[in-house]
Amino acid sequence: MTDHPPMTGHDLDPASWSCPAPVRNPPTVLLGHGSGGAMTAELIEQIFLPALGRPDGPLTDSAVLDLSAAFGAGGRLAFTTDAHVVRPLFFPGGCIGDLAVNGTVNDLAMVGARPIALSCAFVLEEGTDLAVVERVARAVGDAARAAGTRVVTGDTKVVEAGRGDGLYVTTAGIGLVPRGVDPRPDRAAPGDVVLLSGPIGAHGIAVLSVREGMDFSTGLLSDTAPLAGLVEAMLRADPDVHALRDPTRGGLAAALNEIAVASGVGIEIEDAAVPVPDQVSAVCSLLGLDPWCVANEGRLVALVREERAQDVLAALRAHPAGVGAVAVGRCTDRDPGLVVARSAYGSTRIVDLPLGEQLPRIC
Amino acid sequence: MRYLTEFRDPRAVAALVDDIRATVTRPWAIMEVCGGQTHAVLRYGLDQMLPEGVELIHGPGCPVCVTPLETVDRALAIAALPQVTFCSFGDMLRVPGTDGDLARVRAAGGDVRVVCSPLEALALAGRLPDRQVVFFGIGFETTAPANAMAVHRARAEDLRNFSVLVSHMRVPPVIDAVMRAPGCRVQGFLAAGHVCSVMGTGEYHERARRHRVPIVVTGFEPLDLLEGIRQTLHRLETGRHEVANAYTRAVPAEGNPVARAMLAEVFEPTDRTWRGIGPIQDSGWALSAAYRDFDAEARFDVAGIRTREPAECRAGEVLQGRLSPPDCPAFATICTPRTPLGATMVSGEGACAAHYRYRRAGTGHPNGNGVTPR
Repeated sequence: MTDHPPMTGHDLDPASWSCPAPVRNPPTVLLGHGSGGAMTAELIEQIFLPALGRPDGPLTDSAVLDLSAAFGAGGRLAFTTDAHVVRPLFFPGGCIGDLAVNGTVNDLAMVGARPIALSCAFVLEEGTDLAVVERVARAVGDAARAAGTRVVTGDTKVVEAGRGDGLYVTTAGIGLVPRGVDPRPDRAAPGDVVLLSGPIGAHGIAVLSVREGMDFSTGLLSDTAPLAGLVEAMLRADPDVHALRDPTRGGLAAALNEIAVASGVGIEIEDAAVPVPDQVSAVCSLLGLDPWCVANEGRLVALVREERAQDVLAALRAHPAGVGAVAVGRCTDRDPGLVVARSAYGSTRIVDLPLGEQLPRIC
Repeated sequence: MRYLTEFRDPRAVAALVDDIRATVTRPWAIMEVCGGQTHAVLRYGLDQMLPEGVELIHGPGCPVCVTPLETVDRALAIAALPQVTFCSFGDMLRVPGTDGDLARVRAAGGDVRVVCSPLEALALAGRLPDRQVVFFGIGFETTAPANAMAVHRARAEDLRNFSVLVSHMRVPPVIDAVMRAPGCRVQGFLAAGHVCSVMGTGEYHERARRHRVPIVVTGFEPLDLLEGIRQTLHRLETGRHEVANAYTRAVPAEGNPVARAMLAEVFEPTDRTWRGIGPIQDSGWALSAAYRDFDAEARFDVAGIRTREPAECRAGEVLQGRLSPPDCPAFATICTPRTPLGATMVSGEGACAAHYRYRRAGTGHPNGNGVTPR
């Protein structure tokens, strides 16, 4: 590095600044690319979409294929896939098996689809205890039945010892989208009410609590659950739900940001209205994590027309998966693309898309 | 008392804000030294509630931000060694050195692990006798005692495969440096409560008199911060340049004697360079002679790695409270958390990142202009 003149603090030309060491466009994959945050979005934008082709509409949890040419007007099929890598494989409240099923079922549910059938592929690491494989397989079957669907096809591969975390599970699913139902992240409109189906953060913190090196116990169970039934109940109250999102990786912050950007609306959230369990709040405070960025696996965010909001909220609360549902905010025409949280004190802050991995802080 | 929401109570906050408004008769500039406090101020919008003219200046108390580039470069060199298992607190992973960061060392096959305590790294050294386990010991008086404890135990247990890359910083000398800096506008300090819970308040009395500033020990929840601000403003308005403790539930005047004894046993004061600020006399800790065998810098021969700080990034002015992040021409334009020019934009506790995360000008979003009516 060459010598620089001493810092003056003036007469600097920002255009000619050299970064001390920018981490722009790192040439290798980083864990942050799998976080569901801004780095994941960049990876999709810069590599996958150019290579695979861009869909006509916004990127959604499931593709919705119009089959009316083959099956008559209005027939639409939802299609999605989801790869699951989680460590440890078993955590309080669930395991990689139910996660893999619920993840795909929920991606279908987020476009309003009722799941019809799933596929399931296992990548097993040499040396993994077969009892573990059996437990995970049973969890897959049980979760599929609980979601009202089944696994109809699958695949198995084995990799050498040391080349996989025990096992990986990839599921795909198809579902039918009822006529008149079209929730999409780009359909939120000013005035829409933001509903959240229950307290946030339990899944992410439950998994974190059993990671190596984390010797705290919270009593928290993962919230992993199928949401197809909950969505059906909502759609009965209002078939024209504008947008649905399950706040998985990247948490509530990522889900709201995606909707705000896709729809070009501002979203204002009342900080105090968002239910965060005490244990989640305490662990996040301790580790410097933001509960709004912690993953959930059995929650959804719904944007509904104001005049239907109370009915939809009642329908959510009447369903076992939505008893903790609350209205947390609304869409505005101010600050398009921006999510803003209003504190109980009346002050406001921007709720940003998390960048990459959430990293526990120093002190 | 559950210590979760009591110190965020909106009614108590409103009462404190009223009290502050009634106290203030003229503009004042107060520095909150600690990055965690900066984060909380912006997260809860406390600055938006203060009377016109009362300004919070963000200080150099982000351990990630002030760790010198040279130290990061040394960490990268050690972490890339095949025999090394390199343990770090999470938020150091993305801090750029001259050529990459720890996350990229990990991606390239380096054994880099995130731990939440140096004792975790020590346990790892016990479990992996064939590996050299190195802990990246950075931070202020807050993290130093646990790191000292880890080294102390490593010596007691004769864990020869454990070492620490030490870059500890001390807060009081940087307060002196801030007050000496040309153009310093700081009139009072919020001292970091967790630092004082270890060190006590003894280091501040003489400094308050010498620099003619009130120094108020302050916590991290909204009520703690507002109470610290209130006590500081009260002393400014009445011209009292003294130390006060607004965080008595955590900070006894003598600090934590056990932790201080451990620090005195394992570390000795040393001159350190602060990223963006420069060298400050006696502003850090290094392993004392009895523990030098556990110094990773010597063990892996990286002390020769020298890096000059680039002059372009203005993070130094931010760290010294001379430049507010939104006033930097690069802020939120060419410098963002994804494309950071300096560490203040990388670390979650960095002032630039906190401003980016919670405030951005040009969005039509209220930006420190007072409380938005509900």
